[in-house]
Amino acid sequence: MSGIQKMNGIQAINAAMVEAMEADPKVLVLGEDIADPQGGGVTGTMRGLSTQFGEHRVRTTPISEQAIIGAAIGAAMAGYKPVAEIMLMNFTTVAMDMIFNHAAKLRFMSGGQTSVPITIRTLTGAGWQTAGQHSDHLEGWFAHSAGIKVVCPSNPADMKGLLMSCIQDPDPCIFVENGMTLFAPGDVADDQGPIPLGKANVMVEGSDLTIISWSGQILRCQMALAGLAEAGISAELIDLRTISPWDKEAVLASVAKTGRALVVHEAVRNFGPGAEIASTISEELFGQLKAPVKRLGGAYCAVPFAKVLEDAFVPQPDDIIAAAKSLMG
Amino acid sequence: MAEQSNAPKPDGAALVDIYRRMLRVERNDDAIRKTIRRGRLTMPYYSARGQEVIPATIGHLLNDEDQICTIYRGIQDMVAKDMPLRPLWAEIAGRVDGTCKGKGGPMHLTYPEMGIMVTTGIVGSSMPIANGLGWAAQLDGSKRVVVAFFGDGASNIGAFHEALNLASLWKLPVIFVCPNNGYGEHTSYNLATSVDKISTRAISYNMPGFTLDGNDPDDMYAHMSVAIERARAGEGPTLLECKTFRFLGHVLGDDDFYIPKEEKEAAIAKDPLPALRARLVAEGHANEEQLSKMQADLEAEIADAEEFGMNSPLPSVDELRRDVFAEEIAA
Ligand SMILES: Cc1ncc(C[n+]2csc(CCOP(=O)(O)OP(=O)(O)O)c2C)c(N)n1
Ligand SMILES: [Mg+2]
Repeated sequence: MSGIQKMNGIQAINAAMVEAMEADPKVLVLGEDIADPQGGGVTGTMRGLSTQFGEHRVRTTPISEQAIIGAAIGAAMAGYKPVAEIMLMNFTTVAMDMIFNHAAKLRFMSGGQTSVPITIRTLTGAGWQTAGQHSDHLEGWFAHSAGIKVVCPSNPADMKGLLMSCIQDPDPCIFVENGMTLFAPGDVADDQGPIPLGKANVMVEGSDLTIISWSGQILRCQMALAGLAEAGISAELIDLRTISPWDKEAVLASVAKTGRALVVHEAVRNFGPGAEIASTISEELFGQLKAPVKRLGGAYCAVPFAKVLEDAFVPQPDDIIAAAKSLMG
Repeated sequence: MAEQSNAPKPDGAALVDIYRRMLRVERNDDAIRKTIRRGRLTMPYYSARGQEVIPATIGHLLNDEDQICTIYRGIQDMVAKDMPLRPLWAEIAGRVDGTCKGKGGPMHLTYPEMGIMVTTGIVGSSMPIANGLGWAAQLDGSKRVVVAFFGDGASNIGAFHEALNLASLWKLPVIFVCPNNGYGEHTSYNLATSVDKISTRAISYNMPGFTLDGNDPDDMYAHMSVAIERARAGEGPTLLECKTFRFLGHVLGDDDFYIPKEEKEAAIAKDPLPALRARLVAEGHANEEQLSKMQADLEAEIADAEEFGMNSPLPSVDELRRDVFAEEIAA
């Protein structure tokens, strides 16, 4: 009989890695400080792997993000399944050529002759007062790039299941860990297996409006739900889980039912992923909407340092409650 | 190294094969340029006329399973590795029978069957990816080696430095080959590069580095043989700076205003192609009749490939939804 364990995201991701590496000798890990003598990665997520699987499969690299992603791409083209850790999402910016021009495009540009089944794991999120170069949610950049899948889990079970799917996926995936959710414990079944990419999770059912969110903002949406219930508003909460390709069907089915939609993300609101989701809802369900689709996102500025500013940058539960109420008219 | 008496030397048969590969590159280059000028092909084209000794010697020394990562000027590297010309021509014509089904084009030809893994249009990006292929060879316990081609201009971009450091650290079976043609687009080497020789940069990365005459088959053969040997033996990477010149500027249509006339004339006077031909005859490795037949055979192969490519069907617009991911995107 399989049981359920309480664990945090770090443990869940580690469990996914162990299972993936035991099942498939082609799975490799590389990144800064990744091997055990260096601490098993920035949050210790990879701890134990180099000891169990050897430092030829789990390699600490120099601080060379282009070289890290380049090595992952080449090894993937030759049949391996590398999992590359980019310590923080802002540091993907110095490897953008490798990710965007090469990993994402080589299958298409080679007419399907080559493929790049890499997984890029990276960490981000405001809330730690790490300010403008260590906190950005850039999933919209990657979702705008054809050829790479973008996964933003919100809880330990999803982290395990979605990471397993990323590793086995035939195409490049970026797996975005959020600092708030990574340390929050949750239930993970012992036999938690892969969760398909591109499938949303209806976390809470409701009838008055649909809230679409992901990653760290799911926690704030959950906090907002209590306030909404008090106000007599029945909200449906969808965790999108995968930003690209996103689960249009699930979102449209829900909004067709509720007639109202609110998209909540930490990424900057301007040109953010919420715009794509909101406009798709408007295009597909225009006649059925009871209110215009609403978006909440990060402020249009660099993530600030001062706690009071950082809190104001990110949509908070009260903002979500206010936005939801405004939709109810 | 090349000066030492024990440096590997090409024998007559090797020289003839190197010449054949040079001629294949040059005849194909000529045919592509003519076809563009006649208006039959529309494509950006970066001729490597004048640089043929480098790819030809490397093509001679590599095996089919050895891999290359090359650049927009790299058609020479593929043709010298004996890539079949029909799929090459179909690709530059943007047709379905192209290696990439017409979706990559001349700057992104790919042919993994013969180890042509990546052709990049981004300066410097061949190198980090070559490392990954080398890492895979190392993990496989294979003897295959990877050649990363890049220009002199590319030695000033970050990817070069990150890649050389990692390759040296991990002792990867990668050979970094830089045809130094003296220019990156319109900017001369001296205006862009802080060192007299790119090979000195190898010192920073604790790997062997050499500057050699990229138009001299003996020098190329000697250094490349040793570098390949070293990589196959698990001793790690080598940086080879191969001095050469591109006769036709950066891109087809370039009027060379930025190159001193004397420099260009001097380089063309030392065209390595007729020089090797004359040497083969003088040293008795081949006679005129054999060389003429070689040329006629290559021209026939190229003419056939051109016709094949130009007559291959155009791709269906459904291709926009294919190969984005393994799974086709729904219409
Ligand atoms: C990252 C990047 N910057 C600029 C360019 C535009 N560009 C294309 S080729 C080239 C010159 C490169 O010179 P070099 O590396 O010496 O190679 P060569 O063309 O001489 O073979 C430049 C600047 C580019 N393709 N990629
Ligand atoms: Mg150059």
